[in-house]
Amino acid sequence: MSHYAYFVAGALVLVGGFGIARSRNLVHATICLSIAQAGTYVLLMAVGYQTNAPAPVFGSTAKPTKQVVDPVVQSLCLTDIVVSATVTALLLALSIQIAKRHDTVDPDELVALQG
Amino acid sequence: MSRTARMWLLGLGLIGVGVCYALAALDLPSFGSTFHPYRDMAVPAAVAHGAANAVTSIVFDQRGLDTLVEEIILFGSVIGAVALLRPSREEQEHGPSPMGRVLEPTRLLGYVMLPTTLVIGVDVVTHGHLTPGGGFQGGVILATGLHLLYVAGSYQALDRLRPVALFEHGEAIGAAGFAILGIAGILTSAAYLTNMLSYGTLGQMFSAGTVPILNAIVGVEVASGVIVLLARFFDQAVLLGHQRESISVPQPGELR
Repeated sequence: MSHYAYFVAGALVLVGGFGIARSRNLVHATICLSIAQAGTYVLLMAVGYQTNAPAPVFGSTAKPTKQVVDPVVQSLCLTDIVVSATVTALLLALSIQIAKRHDTVDPDELVALQG
Repeated sequence: MSRTARMWLLGLGLIGVGVCYALAALDLPSFGSTFHPYRDMAVPAAVAHGAANAVTSIVFDQRGLDTLVEEIILFGSVIGAVALLRPSREEQEHGPSPMGRVLEPTRLLGYVMLPTTLVIGVDVVTHGHLTPGGGFQGGVILATGLHLLYVAGSYQALDRLRPVALFEHGEAIGAAGFAILGIAGILTSAAYLTNMLSYGTLGQMFSAGTVPILNAIVGVEVASGVIVLLARFFDQAVLLGHQRESISVPQPGELR
């Protein structure tokens, strides 16, 4: 079971995708997208993990060493989280507009495009 | 497409993606192994630049250009959301509807936590190159801390202490400051966003060159951006909310 963390990440992405496809509410779909994106955080963290290695932060008590968890994937994860937050904000703003214009937030009821 | 057909298609797609992903994951180095070639190059580079926190060194020094683009994405999305959430012409802004009563313990906790959270936010931003944290994390803490005023007090209290126009300028200054500091890198040395200041001693407050400055700039930008964004959502929820009570939003129990 030396790969289980990768499967947790994959499962989160699949569960998120399943939720988006079955969603009957745009806010619910946005949260499902956040769950799918959480899977990418888990994948990045899992790739960078090293057993019994400390965090890549040094100081007077933690002398600089190469034997730390991978800081590159952690910084990529930070970028990932920022992008996820901005996407969520935009999608929620769009949901508000759709609710105003169509009086519904159910994607199945949004059948016609309106100018 | 009918709902049943869509579910079949979804099932096929999920199984296909799942199988391909599982095959790919089995080929990865095993979880927790010592094989990290990027770390072996990035950590010595961070230490050579006097940054105690290797993650912040990568974000603001080694991958500085990526972070500039990331900051522009944040800037753009705030502009996009603000444009989408503009009250339309027929939606005249009414005064906020009267708030419900706030429990005394909630109020006390809010007023204790508000200054504490703001201090923690400033601490996380200014020590981003020394301890875990940085401009992005600290900025979000600062912005959420300010909104404790809404939880503990009222929307009017929040509105008085949160001049949105000021934060709109703060966001623009943050985005521009990062780009301008990058140009300073061209003028003093060879490339955009070069870390051209003295690296100092690892672990000191003034170390890691431009990293703490970029941290502070990003902290201002993120805090302002989140405040502006939440202010627009608040406008929709508090000022215009009672106009849209007729919309049929499904109740929690109806969510499928």
